[in-house]
Amino acid sequence: MKPFQYIRPKTIKEAVQAVADDSQARYIAGGTNLLDLMKRDIEKPEKLVDINHLPLKKIEVKSGVLRIGSLALNSAVSHHAQVVKRFPLLVQALLAGASGQIRNMATAGGNLLQQTRCPYFYDTAFPCNKRSPGTGCSAINGISRLHAVYEVDISNPQKACIAVNPSDMAVALMALDASIMVSGKNGERKMALDELYHSPATQPNLDHNLEKGDLITAVELPHAPLAQHAHYLKVRDRTSYAFALVSAAVALDIRDHRIQAARITLGGVAYKPWRLPAVEKQLLGQPISITAFRDAGVAALTDTRSFEHNAYKLKLIPNVIAEALKIASGLS
Amino acid sequence: MIEEQVNGQEKADQTLPDHVFEDRRLFLKQTMAFAGFTLAPVSFLTATPDDIPIGDHERVKLSVTINGQKRRLSIDPRMTTLDLLREKLTLTGTKKGCDLGQCGACTILIDGQRTLSCLSLAIMQHGKKITTVESLSEHGNLHPMQQAFIKHDGFQCGYCTPGQLMSAIACIREGCAGSDDEIREYMSGNLCRCGAYPNIVNAISDIKNRGQKV
Ligand SMILES: Cc1cc2nc3c(=O)[nH]c(=O)nc-3n(C[C@H](O)[C@H](O)[C@H](O)COP(=O)(O)OP(=O)(O)OC[C@H]3O[C@@H](n4cnc5c(N)ncnc54)[C@H](O)[C@@H]3O)c2cc1C
Ligand code: SF4
Ligand code: FES
Ligand code: FES
Repeated sequence: MKPFQYIRPKTIKEAVQAVADDSQARYIAGGTNLLDLMKRDIEKPEKLVDINHLPLKKIEVKSGVLRIGSLALNSAVSHHAQVVKRFPLLVQALLAGASGQIRNMATAGGNLLQQTRCPYFYDTAFPCNKRSPGTGCSAINGISRLHAVYEVDISNPQKACIAVNPSDMAVALMALDASIMVSGKNGERKMALDELYHSPATQPNLDHNLEKGDLITAVELPHAPLAQHAHYLKVRDRTSYAFALVSAAVALDIRDHRIQAARITLGGVAYKPWRLPAVEKQLLGQPISITAFRDAGVAALTDTRSFEHNAYKLKLIPNVIAEALKIASGLS
Repeated sequence: MIEEQVNGQEKADQTLPDHVFEDRRLFLKQTMAFAGFTLAPVSFLTATPDDIPIGDHERVKLSVTINGQKRRLSIDPRMTTLDLLREKLTLTGTKKGCDLGQCGACTILIDGQRTLSCLSLAIMQHGKKITTVESLSEHGNLHPMQQAFIKHDGFQCGYCTPGQLMSAIACIREGCAGSDDEIREYMSGNLCRCGAYPNIVNAISDIKNRGQKV
């Protein structure tokens, strides 16, 4: 690991300044991802800005909006009474992620910005456009089992990246229309979670659309009546403690057995949690039924493409969506 | 059983004389002033968790309570909490399996919460309380969880056991040992190459069902 200077700023302003003004500086929160990458010499910060002492741990409801401080631990969010009551979908997604120990360390902000788990990204012996821009993507003609099926463009081998975002929490947040609060050099701003992640189509080394020094201070969730008929279904290689192969966060607003509103987001299939607005629309006004849910699953396959080892995801997606909808609506 | 007992004993690490820190502090003051910071003039011996740990790229000073004993140390900022315990303090009960956050062998409690010591920097524990497997037995008596692991054959080679024990205690304290399924789910961060899983689950549910305090 490269030597670094460790600093522990006391205010958000100091923290932002420390990272904004120094190209080699990085924030560290729980460290569960960053430290792993530093040990492998993939991340080599010269200055580590420990943000754990900033006042960003609070979880509160204000005028109907749930605000989760970016330093709130994954375990704390999953046990918080207001979150349990209002957003069971988020609780399910959090508890499906990592382990008891890691959830006690992982923060909301760090979880959103965790790196992909593409094995080639972590193995410095392999070319990887995300880690070393322009070297090529080892996954496209390699073991592509874990990789993306949505928004994949491999026309330029020197720019392509088919990695997926590994966060479970972000999948639920995307279905729940979350926004994030960001403090930067020019003050605080709000952005939709959907705008956070950077499309790999250009510069796959850029994971997100934040500026240097931008600090996520909170995640905000608007009140949603459909958050009650919700389910997070995660399919993985083993029952627990594994990243998603395919996951689905679904939420329904059901009145008189008809669907008034629907949200469907997939995990493990794209560079960001993949929301399916067309499929959501297709469900509007439909009576809750296995047929409607199966059709929704099939409709999700529009605009997908698979590689040598991940075609199974195209079989999983419709099944995972249909099953999650069944459970959410109480049909199963 | 693993309640902290602060015995007031404090050990200062003597590997580097203090004037070295004075020089480095000056260097750091300059570099930090350049970065728009001033270094809080905290004395090492009176440092509290609110204070910024003192140091530079090579050495930082750290104050931390380990198994009830307050320790003041100077370490390389890159040192993980696991290496601090094993290499610096020869508390080798905590094991290094993967060193990448994947196996749970290095599980310890920090401020009472189970965490992975290999995925955390020692310097980030400044002002915190660390509890390791060494603190479980008292006056030569094994902790009930240790006894249960023996009774139920909860290990073979024993390498994962310190991590399993710390995690098991936390699992019960967190209220997540209500059924065998729940135990399996909440213990999934602790891998066992010997496959002692069913017996580990039995040991934990035994303690839980007997309502024993852990
Ligand atoms: C073995 C293992 C299994 C796992 N399994 C799962 C799983 O199944 N599902 C899942 O979702 N996750 C899983 N994880 C990932 C884990 O959830 C993440 O590592 C964790 O959420 C990252 O949070 P952190 O606070 O530790 O981030 P850090 O490692 O501290 O930071 C991650 C990145 O975010 C940046 N950052 C952190 N906070 C902020 C902020 N507030 N503003 C701006 N930038 C910030 C850092 O600079 C860094 O680049 C697993 C991890 C491990 C090690
Ligand atoms: S998929 Fe992306 S992260 Fe993986 S090897 Fe290709 S460029 Fe690198
Ligand atoms: S050594 Fe820490 S998790 Fe394996
Ligand atoms: S007892 Fe050998 S690894 Fe668990």
